[in-house]
Amino acid sequence: MQWRNSSARYGAVSILLHWLVALAVFGLFGLGYWMVELDYYSGWYKTAPDIHKSIGILLFFVMLVRMLWRGFSPSPSSLPEHGRLTRLGSKFGHAFLYLGLFVLMLSGYLISTAEGRGISVFGLFEVPATLTSIPDQEDIAGLVHEYLAWALVVFAGIHALAALKHHFIDRDRTLLRMFGR
Amino acid sequence: MLKKTLATLVLGTALLGAGSAMAADYAIDTEGQHAFVNFKISHLGYSWLYGSFKDFDGSFSFDEKNPEASKVNVTLNTKSVDTNHAERDKHIRSGDFLNVDKHPTATFASTAVKSTGEGTADISGNLTLNGVTKPVVIAATFIGQGDDPWGGYRAGFSGSTTLKLKDFDIQKDLGPASQEVELIISVEGVRQ
Repeated sequence: MQWRNSSARYGAVSILLHWLVALAVFGLFGLGYWMVELDYYSGWYKTAPDIHKSIGILLFFVMLVRMLWRGFSPSPSSLPEHGRLTRLGSKFGHAFLYLGLFVLMLSGYLISTAEGRGISVFGLFEVPATLTSIPDQEDIAGLVHEYLAWALVVFAGIHALAALKHHFIDRDRTLLRMFGR
Repeated sequence: MLKKTLATLVLGTALLGAGSAMAADYAIDTEGQHAFVNFKISHLGYSWLYGSFKDFDGSFSFDEKNPEASKVNVTLNTKSVDTNHAERDKHIRSGDFLNVDKHPTATFASTAVKSTGEGTADISGNLTLNGVTKPVVIAATFIGQGDDPWGGYRAGFSGSTTLKLKDFDIQKDLGPASQEVELIISVEGVRQ
């Protein structure tokens, strides 16, 4: 498998980034869903949000790399059997996934940094606070983060179902291409 | 119409004046920010956590000669809670604690003032917090009064009371050391 994408296939970098982000998105959703219900005296009460935030910040950098890589090594062309509607739909769908993920990460960042505190990433380095003066910042960012997380994870589920539909019903190479075939 | 209103106003003022010969009305100086509604709660039993409500307003009437005729009214915006930690503030505003969407204001209205010594008094009143109204007693201390350098007249007090979180329907249990919170009020009023 080559590193870069060709006009017919995804290369190793794009494939790795895709599955890494998929794992992180579903993992962060599960972790976030679980951690907000933790009891104050749970041993995870402090550590789970720290891990959630640290992974979230790292995911942001991974997404930046992913965007840069897209520019550097464009995705393969659409499959010839896909019609105009399928292509258009997938374009908008992917745009929503990218945009939604960035807004989701930004809203999470704005909750934790609303009072001017930075976010420590696994204790290795700290991302400083920037925007701190939006009125009711942590509450508004919190609502955006919660609703968008649900929207994104549902949409990512639809994205996965669509891939399965291409594989099992249309019997085309859409899903296989994401495994480098 | 105007005449009638005026007449009522004059009459009302006259009656009010007769009832409390010397009592003056003060507006709590929130504009110059010489007023604080703070609270203090134990963290795990190991230390004190302090917080503050940034947005509130109120007034009191006070007569040094007749302190038992004093009155206090304070209204605060529960959303303005601040403990210098965004995530904690968000949590305090949530349904686990203050339910600020449902109960955006908390109020205190005094019902009786009982002198307890030189410059001290117990202020009884109704506190409404998280939608629950309960009688509380604030142990208050008169701090000082007099002319300010800018042409006004000021008087200041501090006071505190201890609340059980459960009494005000606060759901989250913070552990055995943190069942109660102390409310600490420090206000300066400008005579109207």
